[in-house]
Amino acid sequence: MIDGRDTVLSIQNLEVVYSDVIVALRGVSLDVASGSIVTLLGANGAGKTTVLRAITGLLPAQRGRITKGSISLGGTDIHERSSASIVGHGVAQVMEGRRLFADLTVQENLRAGALVSRPSRDELAERYDNIAELFPVLRDRWDSQAGYLSGGEQQMVAIGQALMAKPQLLLLDEPSLGLAPRIIDLIRDVIVDINRQGTGVLLIEQNAQMALSIADHAYVLENGKVAKAGPADELREDHDIQEFYLGMGDRGRTKFHEIKSYRRHKAWGV
Amino acid sequence: MTDFLQLCFAGLALGSSYALVALGFVVIHRATGVINFAQGSILALGAYFTFNAHVTWGLPFWIAALVAIVASAAVGVLVERFLLRRMTGQPVFSVIMITIGLLFVLDQIITMVWGQDAQNLEDPWGIDTVTARGIVMAVVDLWTIGLALLVVCSFFVFFKYSGMGLAMRAVAIDEEAAMARGISVRRVVATAWAIAGAVAAIAGITLTAGPAALRPSVGLIALAAFPAMILGGLDSPLGAVVGGVIIGLTQMLTAGYQPQHAPWLGNDFQSVTPYVVMIVILMVRPYGLFGTEEVERL
Repeated sequence: MIDGRDTVLSIQNLEVVYSDVIVALRGVSLDVASGSIVTLLGANGAGKTTVLRAITGLLPAQRGRITKGSISLGGTDIHERSSASIVGHGVAQVMEGRRLFADLTVQENLRAGALVSRPSRDELAERYDNIAELFPVLRDRWDSQAGYLSGGEQQMVAIGQALMAKPQLLLLDEPSLGLAPRIIDLIRDVIVDINRQGTGVLLIEQNAQMALSIADHAYVLENGKVAKAGPADELREDHDIQEFYLGMGDRGRTKFHEIKSYRRHKAWGV
Repeated sequence: MTDFLQLCFAGLALGSSYALVALGFVVIHRATGVINFAQGSILALGAYFTFNAHVTWGLPFWIAALVAIVASAAVGVLVERFLLRRMTGQPVFSVIMITIGLLFVLDQIITMVWGQDAQNLEDPWGIDTVTARGIVMAVVDLWTIGLALLVVCSFFVFFKYSGMGLAMRAVAIDEEAAMARGISVRRVVATAWAIAGAVAAIAGITLTAGPAALRPSVGLIALAAFPAMILGGLDSPLGAVVGGVIIGLTQMLTAGYQPQHAPWLGNDFQSVTPYVVMIVILMVRPYGLFGTEEVERL
């Protein structure tokens, strides 16, 4: 239980190693309460995507494996299951870079997202309608090949694809990456909307501004460890977060190499 | 003119068999990135299964054919399950070498069980022919063309409309992204091998029925279908069919005209024409007629 809400996802003391030598995560613990938005912030290479891969069983494809810890979904251990089984249990993800099936049409992409839940014909039609309602711009693109859509439209399809599985937990890996500010706002609103309908969200972002504006709770990952965690409101006020992630520092260090060397010397205090 | 049409018909029939073999290659390659060199052996097994069920056990021909198709699909699934699944994530080259090894092992098993001698499939088509506008058409050839058409149409419907067809296309495009959507790659791969096995059996039956005899060497036909697959593009079912027909027609027209018009090319020149056509087309279109550039990862 977190704040009186059930925990939908609970990661305890997770350690992940790639190719038996590279330790990507060291003792990461993280909880997502049902119906909440949790964000995982961190620089490139901090291990954010590895957390997602671990949750969805995609580590073996990258020669990674969980060496310690556990991941449970609504009380059921899932860290030794196949990705098909995990997605079947209600965890859908929007991968970094969208990873649509470029040669398939928008509709086929959406249907591919629903395959795991084997919906009836009527259910499938209803889910298409929901997606079209969420992203009206896709209505005219239904039969276009996904590879020919704009970046923003592709992100909409990617989110739609994940929602087609009717997940109880939605994982989003950098959904704002490379998108125009107007589209980022739209995506943010959609995430809030999806969450209001009861879906838990784990949002991985480098765009901390956007992520902290909608999240209930936030974790900051540095070098494979959780460096900070707390309610999003608190982290928004945190001095280090403001400086490194929100660009609101006041120490006069404006040159990039100065920031870099400062960051190197300043540990997060874990 | 009648001669020409006659040769074209024979070429179309031969090409249809090639197309069936090439479809087996393509369906596995699309799902797994592997070229299954043992496809020819599974084809031969399919023909021998039919022979065994029909001639030895006395089942009616069509039932026997059905049994053979199912059994060959099972062989495909077993090969994938017990030999290739553990190779997941290993270099594609090693997997391909395993299929080459399997080609010889299965050939030996066929000889052990059914012997080297030529057998008769005792199919209902025999050496019957029908004549239309002066063109003599073997019934077995008509069936071959019809079956190939049926298989191609089924492929189209399967890939376009069925959930498993969609899953296979998704896996072919981006395996990891498909896994992230909860698509079971194992099931997709097993299905691909089953389909390839079933199609190989149909090809095996059409190639050994009629006036042709059943010999263990029938598996070698897969080698001639190889240019058909490369020609069409490794990952395109339509390409496999077009490639098969082009190779079949080229071979038959060469067999018909070359001895008369270009005897200096020597005897049996038609057996190398598939490779000549393949070389020429690949030089112009390195990914085949319908292939996509992704094929280069091989």
